[in-house]
Amino acid sequence: MTRALWTHLIKDLRIELRSLDAFVSMLFFSLLVVVLFSIAFDPHGDFSRDIAGGVLSVATMFASVSALNQAWAREIRHQVIDAQRMAPAPGAELYLAKVIANFLFVTIVQIILAPIFLIMYNLHIEGQAWLLLLVLPLGTWALVSNGVFFAALSIRSRNRELLLSLILFPIFIPALLAMVRATTSILTGDGDPNLWIKLLFGYDVIFTTTSLLLFDVVFHAE
Amino acid sequence: MKKAAFGLYIVLTIALMIWGFYMAIYGAPLDAAQGEIFRIIFYHVPSFAAAFTFFSVSFLGSIAFLSFRRSHPDWAQRADAWALAGAEVGVVFCTVGLTTGPIWGRRAWGIWWTWDARLTTTLVLWLIYVSYLLLRRFAAGPQMQTLAAVLGIFGALDVPIVYMANRWWRTQHPAPVFGGAEGSGMDPSMLPAFFWNMGAWFAWGILILALRYIVERKQQRIDAAEAQDALNATN
Repeated sequence: MTRALWTHLIKDLRIELRSLDAFVSMLFFSLLVVVLFSIAFDPHGDFSRDIAGGVLSVATMFASVSALNQAWAREIRHQVIDAQRMAPAPGAELYLAKVIANFLFVTIVQIILAPIFLIMYNLHIEGQAWLLLLVLPLGTWALVSNGVFFAALSIRSRNRELLLSLILFPIFIPALLAMVRATTSILTGDGDPNLWIKLLFGYDVIFTTTSLLLFDVVFHAE
Repeated sequence: MKKAAFGLYIVLTIALMIWGFYMAIYGAPLDAAQGEIFRIIFYHVPSFAAAFTFFSVSFLGSIAFLSFRRSHPDWAQRADAWALAGAEVGVVFCTVGLTTGPIWGRRAWGIWWTWDARLTTTLVLWLIYVSYLLLRRFAAGPQMQTLAAVLGIFGALDVPIVYMANRWWRTQHPAPVFGGAEGSGMDPSMLPAFFWNMGAWFAWGILILALRYIVERKQQRIDAAEAQDALNATN
């Protein structure tokens, strides 16, 4: 890990640790989404296992977007972003540091949320539970890596927060599909999650590489 | 000379479309199983063929824009105009396809929509390019073209992934007619109508694409002139 990457990462983590803004709002929002879906779909017995994967993935998605909306907010205030642009370190490292930091936040939220989720939906996992430790991080990485990139892309637009969702969700659909199918497959024990895990991994590789390559274009676009 | 050629092209396109209509509705025989409703194929398939072609044009335009931004600004501007025109006309044709499909499906299968591989993939394609157009509307300033070009590349990358993700789903949408399994393929009596309509809708699509390109180039020149005026006014 290069020095610049490490510095950016520690900075973001430290700032977040002081206020816990994004983290608390993410946690509460994802809990709300889980509850709302329960009211919308009335999960019971086998049915709850069928929809649990979808609910968890969508809850993660909405919660992450609420955090991603402010991912660059700190940099925009006081023209910090201009100072970042003038720094000689490649923009890609700033991008990667932000992705890692946000990834950690969302993962911690998921870890806190998981037991609550298991209880509320009365889940016992029929398939290989440890695969979830692979699926959820891969899915979260897909969401966060694209989210940070498009958040940077929509910084100077009129409806910044709305535009992020509008751009992110269509592009995220294949990863969402894979995440939901894999999680459902693990929870119900039906089907083979490996296919979806491979797809998720491939998606992550392709989009993280593309984001790293194109981030400087977006960052310095002016 | 150019105007004459363009005028001739417009006349030819309209003639093609009239002939295509005649062939589709009167020239082609009835389908054995489906009856008259199958005639939508002469609009449904060409629309999507055109949409995919124009989305490719948009993709290439985005790449060209990013490549030539610094070295050949004028080429970059042309590329950006192609990118926008391709995306807009592509979205229109994709919408036509997504509308004719359910109309056909309702009659043929009894359902308007299903979340199978083909339909979901196409809907996601449509969503991606609509989000591209929204970015172009909402993003402000000179960097909008760069940001749109980047999104154009991301979107185009996503499409094959969506396609692959859906490959393993059971398909409600009919298996490929052209180049499909044994026993597929269109009856030769219907082929002329099909090819005439492909030609007609492609000709129409290219016409609209070219017009959109020209309009966008004019708009670029207007914007540049305004920017120049604003700069001069500060002196």
